[in-house]
Amino acid sequence: MTNMKEQLYAVKQRAQEALDLATTSEELEAVRVRFAGKKGELTALLSQMGKLSPEERPVIGQIANEVRGFIDAGIRAKKAVLEQAELNRRLEKESLDVTLPGKARTVGKQHPLNKVLDEVKDAFISMGFSIASGPEVEYDYYNFEALNIPKDHPARDTQDTFYFSPEMLLRTQTSSVQVRVMEKTQPPIRVISPGRVFRIDEVDATHSPIFHQIEGLVVDKGITMAHLKGSLELICKKLFGPETKTRIRPDFFPFTEPSAEISISCFKCGGEGCKFCKNEGWIEIGGAGMVNPKVLAHCGIDPEVYSGFAFGMGLERMVMGRYGVDDIRMFYENDVRFLNMF
Amino acid sequence: MNVSYRWLKEYTPVDAADKTVAHELNMTGTEIKGYRRMDEGISNVVVCKILSIEQHPNADKLVVCMVDAGEAEPLQIVTGAKNMKVGDLVPLAKHKSTLPDGTKIERGKLRGVVSNGMFCGVEELGLTVNDYPDAISDGLLILKEGVIGRSISEQLGLDDTVFEADIMTNRPDCLSMIGVAREAAGTFRLPLTVKKPVVKGEGAKAADYLKVTIQDKDLCPRYSARIVTDVKIGPSPMWMVERLRACGIRAINNIVDITNYVMMEYGQPMHAFDYACLDGGHITVRKAEQGEVMKTLDEQDRALDGDMLVIADDKKPVAVAGVMGGANSEITDETTTVVFESANFFGASVRRTAKKLGMRTEASAHFEKNIDPRMTVEALDRACQLVEELGAGKVSPDVIDVDYSSKELRKIPLCADWIRHYVNVNLTDEDMKELLERVGYVVDLKEGTVTVPSFRSDVENKYDISEEVARFYGYDNIPSFPFSADIKSGGLTEEQIFEKNLRQGLRAVGLSEIETYSFVSPKGLDKILLPENDPKRNCLTIKNPLGEDTSVMRTSSLPSMLEVLAANYNNRISAAHLYEVATVYVKDADETKLPAEPKIVTLGAYGDGMDFYDLKGRVDELLSLLNVSDYTVLPCKTNPSYHPGRTAEIKKGDTVLGVFGQIHPAVVKNFEMGGEVYAAEFSLANLFACKDAQKGYEPLPKFPAVTRDLALVCDEAVLSGDIEAKIRAVAGDLLEDVRAFDVYRSAALGENKKSIAYALTLRNPEKTLTDSDIDPVVNAVLQALEQDGITLRK
Repeated sequence: MTNMKEQLYAVKQRAQEALDLATTSEELEAVRVRFAGKKGELTALLSQMGKLSPEERPVIGQIANEVRGFIDAGIRAKKAVLEQAELNRRLEKESLDVTLPGKARTVGKQHPLNKVLDEVKDAFISMGFSIASGPEVEYDYYNFEALNIPKDHPARDTQDTFYFSPEMLLRTQTSSVQVRVMEKTQPPIRVISPGRVFRIDEVDATHSPIFHQIEGLVVDKGITMAHLKGSLELICKKLFGPETKTRIRPDFFPFTEPSAEISISCFKCGGEGCKFCKNEGWIEIGGAGMVNPKVLAHCGIDPEVYSGFAFGMGLERMVMGRYGVDDIRMFYENDVRFLNMF
Repeated sequence: MNVSYRWLKEYTPVDAADKTVAHELNMTGTEIKGYRRMDEGISNVVVCKILSIEQHPNADKLVVCMVDAGEAEPLQIVTGAKNMKVGDLVPLAKHKSTLPDGTKIERGKLRGVVSNGMFCGVEELGLTVNDYPDAISDGLLILKEGVIGRSISEQLGLDDTVFEADIMTNRPDCLSMIGVAREAAGTFRLPLTVKKPVVKGEGAKAADYLKVTIQDKDLCPRYSARIVTDVKIGPSPMWMVERLRACGIRAINNIVDITNYVMMEYGQPMHAFDYACLDGGHITVRKAEQGEVMKTLDEQDRALDGDMLVIADDKKPVAVAGVMGGANSEITDETTTVVFESANFFGASVRRTAKKLGMRTEASAHFEKNIDPRMTVEALDRACQLVEELGAGKVSPDVIDVDYSSKELRKIPLCADWIRHYVNVNLTDEDMKELLERVGYVVDLKEGTVTVPSFRSDVENKYDISEEVARFYGYDNIPSFPFSADIKSGGLTEEQIFEKNLRQGLRAVGLSEIETYSFVSPKGLDKILLPENDPKRNCLTIKNPLGEDTSVMRTSSLPSMLEVLAANYNNRISAAHLYEVATVYVKDADETKLPAEPKIVTLGAYGDGMDFYDLKGRVDELLSLLNVSDYTVLPCKTNPSYHPGRTAEIKKGDTVLGVFGQIHPAVVKNFEMGGEVYAAEFSLANLFACKDAQKGYEPLPKFPAVTRDLALVCDEAVLSGDIEAKIRAVAGDLLEDVRAFDVYRSAALGENKKSIAYALTLRNPEKTLTDSDIDPVVNAVLQALEQDGITLRK
């Protein structure tokens, strides 16, 4: 019996040594066959169990189970280690040069004017505005007369106009849409109307005969100048960042009274003064004012009941400031290299 | 308008830094675009007197002068100038001085002789010969008067700041020193003092010389005049030259300078006629006769018409009213008797006339904004006071004043409570009164009214008054409330959402967005080979375009797209895949109606493997994104801009959604491009109209699909689309999808034959299909196709 016991421990010892030496799955399999296989050393040894006395058998049986358990566990553990190592080797072999270019999947780019315009629209929509549009070829009436700019009014000088006939023109301002909206809608009104406008201007880096304006109009009961100011501040913070300061100062537009010019703290220098803002610290972004009661009355809205404010901003200037575009012509030349920058 | 700070202070005691003045005026509505010191850059330049002039020992062209510059000892100066003599007063840039162009002057030796500075001419001081009487450009500035040692800035009145004010069109009263001073007084809360001019009137009676008749009282509400006899034309005194210079006006002679000076001071344009040139001693303000011609002061012959107002004597027009005088009655050195005109003309008429004649003058710029008719006589008196002060002539004791203007001043209810609410100012009634009265209003608090001064014809109602109050209260001081209207649903309409999705879809299929001009060259339609009689040739034409290239409103977006592709192509960019949602302008049959402005979704592409099927794949994907389905694609051989064999039209039912394909090579050539160019044009409105409702949820299939491939042989002319339609029609409900996946040609198939392989996907939602379910379907399809001569490939 002692002999049998020693032999079992000897198998255990040899198995341990063989496991330690195995470095591949194949070698490990050979270890399994040698020790735990049907014709392995352990089986061979146990076939002699019959020679043992009944008292010895359970004792030796227990040792034999212990040895088998040890060998099985050893093989499982070694197998896991070897598999991991082999996986690692395979992954190593599969390595790619990650610096080679990827396969192209081109998605088109949005024109920078529309990209910013979409943001502007979203900002206003989040404040309960709708988007209104009107014709670009417009009657003189909507572009001028109804906005309190009669024929031969000197204010027409500042908006050199393309004409088709004395009564029909290319709109010089999106304010024309104000009138169309107010004719159709009774207050409360809350719309913006972005779109193209046209003025006679020779083309250069800062002038284009076609550009975009964003007009806004709010009409309701009890709207006052403080609402105009507060709303502009809110809008400018949304469009130009939460740190933006807004300043209004008197200006003249025939269709608003009082009228104001809107400036914001320079988004390049934050108001310190830089080249971009010509050391002013402020950048003019548009005009605004309380809707002139004559315009309200023209559109069938009673100015004694309702009041409102309107504002207009130039889109190109906003986009040029945002991205540092220094030539307005780039927007209409559509060079693919330019479009790909945004 | 240029505003001299020193002159401004004559009316109101403003004493703030230049920057503060500019800022505060800006904040009350007088826009100051910029300001500059007139002596900017000049330092340590003084008046000196030449004591002696000696030849330079080592240089023929130089002289050595000793000068008195107000210092203990005379200074030695070497100069090459020739136009001075002993006793002259000249500007001297001393040791360590600077000049406006940045030059620094230091003591130095000229050919071995020490020079303690440099004499200056007008140009070295940043001036021109027009700024100083008798100055020459290539010599020293010989001063007519001066105090030895005094800074030249002070001596020449350059120690002043000029503000460049941009006056708004509704404020002609501010096109004057007094007007701007009034705004400054209101801004800085200071008094305003304007002295009433006093005329001695020692000349002959005007009434004995002149009669004035106004024929058109609407266009000329007032005409005032005085006569000046014994006129002595000569230069104006330095103080007047300096003030005019600060305002950017060149001095000419005393009479002309006085009219300019008074226009600057009061904003009242004036005119001076040579009395000797007026036939009949009678001025009539009348409309011109058709065909009348007059030479204006700028020596141009002007053809007048019956809408233009003129000042005429008994025989001829002598001035275009409010615009420019005639050469026939111009003041000359021989003039002895002058008629000073100070009149008021109706703005719109002056504006029309000036525009028609193409001559916008300083006078017309004032009149066209409707200036105050009440100031003609005061301005006239001021001019005549200056005539007397300058000794330029004898002024008539009387004024001829034909006056049809309204004397009534506008009275508006103050509505103080309403103003406090509307512009959110925290002011008492008394505060408002004080603030308004400073700028010329008269407020009666008991009566609750504001009387508007005559020079503020732009102020008509309580809203205008509210702006006046807000301006001087300060927009900065108005509080900010976000508006709190009732909750109102904003957002995009269905059409707007569709367009947004469309643009996103176009980008998703790899196209970048462009924006092009709405007005184009009419030649673009030639370039796309549009026939002469095509309705798109009927463009809306701009009467006053920038040039032919931008003279018509586009009826087609294709030329704009091709121009952009060509520009990129010629910049050697290898590929461009673009889109534009372009508005086109379609004339109404009734030309007084506005044109329709439909939007055309325009695609354009070249390069990077772009071909017909690449484009078609993108179009299909786009339409699928937009929920447009069940459309048909048919060959389109008739569009002149496109390749007749590689172009298709997309229709849904009878509605044409658009066209796409390869651009005709001749068109490509017209745009100076090479290679294959592709384009598509879709009607946005039709796409929107033809979209399906959003598809709902359908349960996923429980049973598998079966695919059968059929390789069919047909004539070359047969369209795959027709075969597909037939398969769909015959196969019945089990057919889930059919798709062509290969086209094959070979000699074995024969001439004019092709083989197209189709994959049919079949499925029964209720059970798994077996061959016995599928075979009858396939056989039916094959039988039906055989009737059209389409057979299974062997």
